[in-house]
Amino acid sequence: MSHGVGDVGKLPVRKFDALVVGAGGSGMRASLQLAEAGLSVAVLTKVFPTRSHTVAAQGGIGASLGNMSEDHWLWHMYDTIKGSDWLGDQDAIEYMCRTAPEVVYELEHFGMPFDRNADGSIYQRPFGGHSANFGEKPVQRACAAADRTGHAMLHTLYQRNVRARTQFFVEWMALDLIRDADGTVLGVVALEMETGAVMILQAKATMFATGGAGRIFAASTNAFINTGDGLGMAARAGIPLEDMEFWQFHPTGVHGAGVLITEGVRGEGGILLNCNGERFMERYAPNLKDLASRDVVSRSMDQEIKEGRGCGPNKDHVMLKLDHLGPDVILKRLPSIREIALKFANVDCIKEPIPVVPTIHYQMGGIPTNVHGQVVAPSGDDPAAVVGGFYAVGECSCVSVHGANRLGTNSLVDLLVFGRSAGNHVVGLALPGKAHRPLPKDAADRTLARLARLDSATSGESVADVAAALRTTMQAHCGVFRNQELLSEGVRQVMEVEQRVQRTAIGDKSTTFNTARVEALELDNMIETAKATVVSAEARRESRGAQARSDYPDRDDVTWLKHTLWYRDGNRLDYKPVNLKPASVEAFPPKTRTY
Amino acid sequence: MKFRIYRYDPEKDAKPYLQEYDVALDPHDRMLLDALMRVKAVDDTLSFRRSCREGVCGSDAMNINGKNGLACVTNLLELKEPVELRPLPGLPVIRDLIVDMSQFFKQYHSIKPYLVNDERPPEKERLQAPEDREELDGLYECILCACCSTACPSFWWNPDKFVGPAGLLAAYRFIADTRDQAVNERLDNLEDPYRLFRCHTIMNCVDVCPKGLNPTRAIGKIREIMVKRAV
Repeated sequence: MSHGVGDVGKLPVRKFDALVVGAGGSGMRASLQLAEAGLSVAVLTKVFPTRSHTVAAQGGIGASLGNMSEDHWLWHMYDTIKGSDWLGDQDAIEYMCRTAPEVVYELEHFGMPFDRNADGSIYQRPFGGHSANFGEKPVQRACAAADRTGHAMLHTLYQRNVRARTQFFVEWMALDLIRDADGTVLGVVALEMETGAVMILQAKATMFATGGAGRIFAASTNAFINTGDGLGMAARAGIPLEDMEFWQFHPTGVHGAGVLITEGVRGEGGILLNCNGERFMERYAPNLKDLASRDVVSRSMDQEIKEGRGCGPNKDHVMLKLDHLGPDVILKRLPSIREIALKFANVDCIKEPIPVVPTIHYQMGGIPTNVHGQVVAPSGDDPAAVVGGFYAVGECSCVSVHGANRLGTNSLVDLLVFGRSAGNHVVGLALPGKAHRPLPKDAADRTLARLARLDSATSGESVADVAAALRTTMQAHCGVFRNQELLSEGVRQVMEVEQRVQRTAIGDKSTTFNTARVEALELDNMIETAKATVVSAEARRESRGAQARSDYPDRDDVTWLKHTLWYRDGNRLDYKPVNLKPASVEAFPPKTRTY
Repeated sequence: MKFRIYRYDPEKDAKPYLQEYDVALDPHDRMLLDALMRVKAVDDTLSFRRSCREGVCGSDAMNINGKNGLACVTNLLELKEPVELRPLPGLPVIRDLIVDMSQFFKQYHSIKPYLVNDERPPEKERLQAPEDREELDGLYECILCACCSTACPSFWWNPDKFVGPAGLLAAYRFIADTRDQAVNERLDNLEDPYRLFRCHTIMNCVDVCPKGLNPTRAIGKIREIMVKRAV
């Protein structure tokens, strides 16, 4: 690990046409396009591809196939825009919803084991916020493989990449982005976890598909690997992060454990009950009830608990009842849910309800991109100038199709649609014939300095303690309901934690599979994500989608119908307009949002 | 709670040893993985893989009191103390509880784990009857954790020649898929004294699978089809 600073020549360099960082759904959908087009492509991943967090998605992929009853991509578009509380960019949402059926059919052709209807077509289930005819009644749009849709999709994409002979760098962690003097991205500095070797992976196009950062909160449905690595790397390289105040609380995480219980449970007919046995969602969302948008359901649950109608000795959760669906439906459509409830809540959901609580689930914001996955940032007069050589897809990106609140099942369709479109865009650049731009001499300096500090520090803060402090702070200050006092104090505390992050030390100095080092490096990324979140949330003085402020309870389209951009440098905020102009259809102007 | 954990760092240990830990648990700690995180908080040199913590990613497979399983779905109440943790048997150890899974994945890749259908796909989905789709239940849910293959004596003796239960389960997943057109090639690929026929139906694989899958049954099905094809 003893590499000198200031001389990139000492680090090994490997060159590719394209580099994808992350092997979840979006990364592997993109790499498939690249490998099949014959580009030299490397996919770098912290974990074996099928262990990426896409594997944990349960309920379905949203696409208006219309297999169950009439559906239309325009209705999907409307639901998505309404779900986003009008913060989503309508051109991107239009593109996603129109393309969704095509990418689902493709996935089926790749071998995805979707559930089937009697006529052999793909089974679709109802889901939160999915409606027919612009909010009129629920529609079955979620294409499902039991309650393991993400697992089936991730394995199918991996399998297809095996067929395409995609080259994976498994258990490699990207540490920093390399940009030259023009700001063009040239690749990453990366760590091979097994050997501790540091290497430069140079590419003519670098694509981040690094996933979300749900682990910056204490109660999260997310995997341990979701530490916002792409966001940290982008922020340190001067790229802004967009709309980071918007974090989705999934209504149904297992109380205490945080493990996800799919919205598909309510799609199949499950209902939420308070301590009086009342189906309280009828009061909050008279039309869609338990299938209202996630932010709405989570707030309603929080409200019930706050007003003393929670369940259990501490009245701190509500109940998800599904026993009335009967064992046949549960065993056929929701087998993993039964397994999870048995293991993590000690209940057999065929007979008893599951204790649930709103739990951090998804990051709507991320690295700003256009519909081709190209990263964009303000430059001069252009609010969305392309950053050369840099792409981002999936949860780490913000295109923005989810706006202030993501519609259930739109995460998987986002991965497929934009993974493919970004892959196609890179293919269109005809990279194999082009030369690599020269690496700057100081390309790895910042990274090597971080590694050197960790190697030499003999005493300091424990990584586990500092990470726990960060999670506790975020949980307490960026929860379902926020206000100025909570957020200002949150900003102060996160800045304090940042000081501690710079003083961490690890006891493990081995170069062989040093997971302590990996966790310390992940903390560098978590803190950037947390800062972006709390600073952006503190500044936005309105309630919209997942940002619910008790001191500013209303949406304010006059002042706040705009995207936040957070810059690491000076914790600076900037804003850019929301795209309210779809390319081929009429716009959906903002209106009051009720379910 | 008391643990005895296999330790080995090739950089400083001439040979592996068992290290004892006694850690205080939080009342909310439910699974073995929760306890392992407590151990790691006091000794950050202990290395193991983990990710989803809900039994779906397959990262934290290890040998727990003599039996392979996933730490994240192994309830602490089921474990006798001191809990003895070792890496998955039969694969080279990289460090502590982390094994080199190359051989395991090589066997998985050897069965061509992808749908083969060279017909031009329809504009919409390929249709598949619900009962045909049901044939894939119990097969596609595999998480590639390697609990099964590394519990199999036949895989221990011949990891380079015997595909192993996980790979064979995957092979049957495609053989059983009505959309797949390469059944004959798949059978040819397995018709070998080792690749398929080293399975001696010891059934350790069934015993340890954290997803409740049955590779032995899948292997039996492949054998049946092979026999039918021969006559």
